[in-house]
Amino acid sequence: MSTHLNPGHKTSNEVARTAHALPDRFPNPGHPEHHDRRSDFDPAADKRAERQVVVLLTISILGTIGFIVAYFAAPPGQTVASMRTSNLLLGLGLFFGLGGIGAAAVHWAKSLMNDHEKSEERHPQRSSDETRAAAVEVLAEGAADSGIGRRGVLKGALVSALALFPLMIVLPLIGDVGQDWDVSKFKHTWWKKGTKLAKDPSGQPIKAADVTIGSVFHVIPADLHEAAHPLDEKAKAVVLLVRLDPRDLKEADDRKGWSYDGIVAYSKICTHVGCPVALYEQQTHHLLCPCHQSTFDVGDGAKVIFGPAKRPLPQLPIAVDAEGYLVAQSDFHEPVGPSFWDRLK
Amino acid sequence: MSTTTRREAGPAAATADYLDQRTGVGTAVKAFARKIFPDHWSFLLGEIALFSLVVLLISGVFLTAFFVPSMNETTYSGPWAAMQGVQMSEAFASTLRLSFEVRGGLLMRQIHHWAALLFMASIVTHMMRVFFTGAFRKPREINWVVGFTLMLLGLAAGFTGYSLPDDVLSGNGLRITDGVIRSVPILGSYISYFLFGGEFPGHDLIPRLFTIHILVVPGLILALVGLHLFFVVLHKHTQYPGSGRTDSNVVGYPLFPVYTAKAGGFFFIVFSVIALMAATMTINPVWNYGPYDPSPVSAGSQPDWYMLFLDGALRLMPGQAEVVIGGFTLSLNILIPAMVIPVVLFAALAAYPFIEAAVSGDKREHHVLDRPRNVPFRTAFGVSVLTAFVVLILAGSNDLIATHFHLSVNDIIQSLRVLLFVAPAFAFWITKRICLGLQRRDRELVLHGHETGRIVRFAHGEYVEIHRPLDDDERWLRVQHETRRPLEIEPAEDSRGVRRKGYRADRFRQRLSRLFFEDRVEPVTPAELAAAHVHGEHDTLSVGPAPAGAHSAITQGVEADERNH
Repeated sequence: MSTHLNPGHKTSNEVARTAHALPDRFPNPGHPEHHDRRSDFDPAADKRAERQVVVLLTISILGTIGFIVAYFAAPPGQTVASMRTSNLLLGLGLFFGLGGIGAAAVHWAKSLMNDHEKSEERHPQRSSDETRAAAVEVLAEGAADSGIGRRGVLKGALVSALALFPLMIVLPLIGDVGQDWDVSKFKHTWWKKGTKLAKDPSGQPIKAADVTIGSVFHVIPADLHEAAHPLDEKAKAVVLLVRLDPRDLKEADDRKGWSYDGIVAYSKICTHVGCPVALYEQQTHHLLCPCHQSTFDVGDGAKVIFGPAKRPLPQLPIAVDAEGYLVAQSDFHEPVGPSFWDRLK
Repeated sequence: MSTTTRREAGPAAATADYLDQRTGVGTAVKAFARKIFPDHWSFLLGEIALFSLVVLLISGVFLTAFFVPSMNETTYSGPWAAMQGVQMSEAFASTLRLSFEVRGGLLMRQIHHWAALLFMASIVTHMMRVFFTGAFRKPREINWVVGFTLMLLGLAAGFTGYSLPDDVLSGNGLRITDGVIRSVPILGSYISYFLFGGEFPGHDLIPRLFTIHILVVPGLILALVGLHLFFVVLHKHTQYPGSGRTDSNVVGYPLFPVYTAKAGGFFFIVFSVIALMAATMTINPVWNYGPYDPSPVSAGSQPDWYMLFLDGALRLMPGQAEVVIGGFTLSLNILIPAMVIPVVLFAALAAYPFIEAAVSGDKREHHVLDRPRNVPFRTAFGVSVLTAFVVLILAGSNDLIATHFHLSVNDIIQSLRVLLFVAPAFAFWITKRICLGLQRRDRELVLHGHETGRIVRFAHGEYVEIHRPLDDDERWLRVQHETRRPLEIEPAEDSRGVRRKGYRADRFRQRLSRLFFEDRVEPVTPAELAAAHVHGEHDTLSVGPAPAGAHSAITQGVEADERNH
C-alpha cells in the first residue's frame, strides 16, 4: 500500500492518475509485527526473570512471617502510639505478603509467558432469523398450551393477586417502622416555662450574674435527663447563650422582653439542615455554622447574613428566677431546626 | 483448570474426569480457558473496582465479628484514657474496642475505609474511561446502566457504612441527611420518621443501617457485578484502535495463563496497596472525635470524597430560595442542591448512551473504542460535567480552602457560585477546541509526516526540513475512525405536498444531532494523502526554477522513504 502512496520521483501526472484508483478509506494494515522480548532469545535473561519471580515470592513469604511475628510481639496496647505501631507493623507485613505474590504473578506473566497476541472472531449479538422464528414459535406454543389468551378473567385475577400480595409485607413494615408517626413532635422541645438553663454537658444551672459580656454558654435544659429519650430531646433543645453589651443589641418590638440584660438565647440547631451552629465570633457577634457556613447575627435577632440558610435561629425567651438562675419563659415560639413542609401549620 | 481435558492418569485427571462426568465442565473450560482479552492500562480501572470490592468483603466480614450495631447507651471503660467514663452508644464503644483491643482490628477498619474510597474512585474513573472511549455504545448500553446502578449502590454502601461508628462526624452527617429529607414536600417529615424510627436520632437507625450495609446493598452489588461481568464475557471486551483490530475481532492474550496471572496478581497488588495505605495513613480516627452528641461539631468536617459534591451543592445554594406558599414551606434552598442537581446529573449520565444513539442514528455494534479527540462533543460534554463536579467538590471544601489559603469563605462561595455556571461552559468550549485541534494535528501528521529536525539545502540555496512519513501502524491509528455526521431527515412534505407525521420529532432529533456532530474534522483519505504528496512536490518545484538535478540531489542525502515538504 505504502508504495503507491509514496510516489517518490514520479511526475505529478502519474500521481494524479493513481489518485483516481484510490479507495475512500485506508485499509487496515493488519496485525503489527511481534517484537521478541530479551527473555525470548537470551537464556540468561530468561533465567534472570525466573529468579526475580522467585525473589518476589520469597518476599511474600517473609512478609507473612513478619505479620505473624508482629501479631504476637506488638499488641495494640493502651496508647495511640502503641496502637499505631501495631497497625504499622501488621500493615507492612500484609503489604509485603500480598504485594510479593502480586508482583511475582504479574512479572511472570509479562516476562516469561508467551506474549504473542492472538485474535478471536466476534459474532453479532443478534440471534439469527431462524433462531428468532423458532423462539417465537416456542413461546406461541407455550401460550397456546396455557390458554392465557382466551381466559381474560383468569389473567385479570392473576395480575391482581400478584399486585396485591406485597402489601402484606409492606403494610406492617410501613406501619411500625416510623414508631407512632407523630410528626408534630418536631414543633415542640423540652423547654417549658421555668426550665432552668444549664451548662452542656455538665447540667449545672447558670446564674445570670455568671454570664459576663462577650461570653458564650452551650446550654441544655437542666432537667433534660428526665426525658424518656434524652438524646432525641437534646437534638432539639440545645441552645447558645450569649451576653452582649445591651447597646449592641437590636431587638424587635415583640421580643423586647425575651432577653435579660443583654443576655440572649438562640436555638443552636441550624435552620438550614440542622448542624449545631457552634462557632461564635465575639467581635462581630456572628454565629457561623461549620457545616455549610450559614452566618447569623446574634446582635440582630440571629438573622441570616450569609449562606444557605433562610430563616433566623429561633429565640428562646428567657428570664431570671428568684434565686438569680436563668430560666425559660416558655418553649420556642416556632419549630427549631431545618424547615419542613408544614412547620407553619 | 487446564488439566480437565487431559486423558492421562493421575489425581488431577481423575478429579477432572469425576467433575466432567457430573457437570460437563469440559465444555466450559474449552470455551473460556483461552478466551482472548485485549490489554490496556485503562482496563485495569474496572479491575481495581472489582478487587477493592473483594477487599471490602474480606475486611467487612472481619469487622462484623466485633462491631455491635446498637444505639444502647453504655459507659466506656476500655484502655483509651480520653474516653474513660464517657456515655456512648455500644456501636461507638465497639468501634473503639476494634481499634484498641482487637489485634489487627484498626488495620482491618482502615483497610475497609480506604478500600471503600478506592472502590468509589475506581468506579468513577472506570466510568470516565467507558464514557470517553464510547465503550457504552451498542451492544453495551444495558451494561452501562448496570454499571451506573453499581455506582449508586456504591454510594449507598459508602454512606451507610460511614454512619455506623456513631461518632460526632458521622452523626452530624446523619443530621444533615435528616435535614435534607425533611425538605421533601408533604412527605418529608414522614420519610424522616420512617428512616429514624421516630425522631432524630432515635434508637433504630444504626441497626437498620447495619442491615442495609452488610446485607441488602452488598447482596445487590454482588448480583449486579455478576451481571456486569457476564455481559463483559458475552460481548467480549472492547479494544483500542490499532493495526489488525476491527469491530469483528478481539485481539489480545488468552485468559489462561496470561490473564489468570496478570489479573490474579493484580488483585494481590491492589490488596497490598490498600494494606500499605491502612498501615501508614490514619483514616477516620473516631477515638479523637468522640461519640455522637447533637451539640458539638468541629470545623473542617468533610464527608467522604464521593459525598463532597452534594455537600458542596448545599453550601453554594443561597438561602433566599426557600419560599412559603399558602402557609407551606418549600425549601428550594435544600431541594435544588440535594435532590434536583444529583437527580439531573445522574439521569443525564444514565441516559447518555441512549441519547447519543438516537442522535447519531447509528445502529451498528461497536467494539473498537473511540479516541476521545475523535468525538469532540461527547468529550467536551463529559469534561464539562466533570468540571461542574469539581466545582461542587471545591465548594464542599470551602472552609478548608479558606483556612489554608487565608481567603474569606464568603468570597470563595460567591466565586464558586459564578464558576458553577461559567467553568463548565468554558470547559466545554475549550475541550471541544482541543479535540478538533488534536484531530487537525493528526491530519497534519498523516499528510506530512514527522518532523525530523534535519534541514537540507537545495543546490539553488533553498532550505527545507525533511519529513519522515508515518509507518502503516502510526497512520492507521489516525485514519481508522469514521466521522459521525448530523442526521439527514426526510423533508416535511412528500412529493404531493402532504405534511408527514413525525416530522417535528425528526426535526428535533436533527437539531440535537447537529449540536453533536456539526463541528468535525474528517480523517485523511488515501486520495488526500496522495494529493498532499503531489502538492509537496509542486511546492518544492515552484520555489524557483531549480536545475533539473536539484531534487534528486536532496533525496540522495536522505533515506529513500523520507520526503520533504
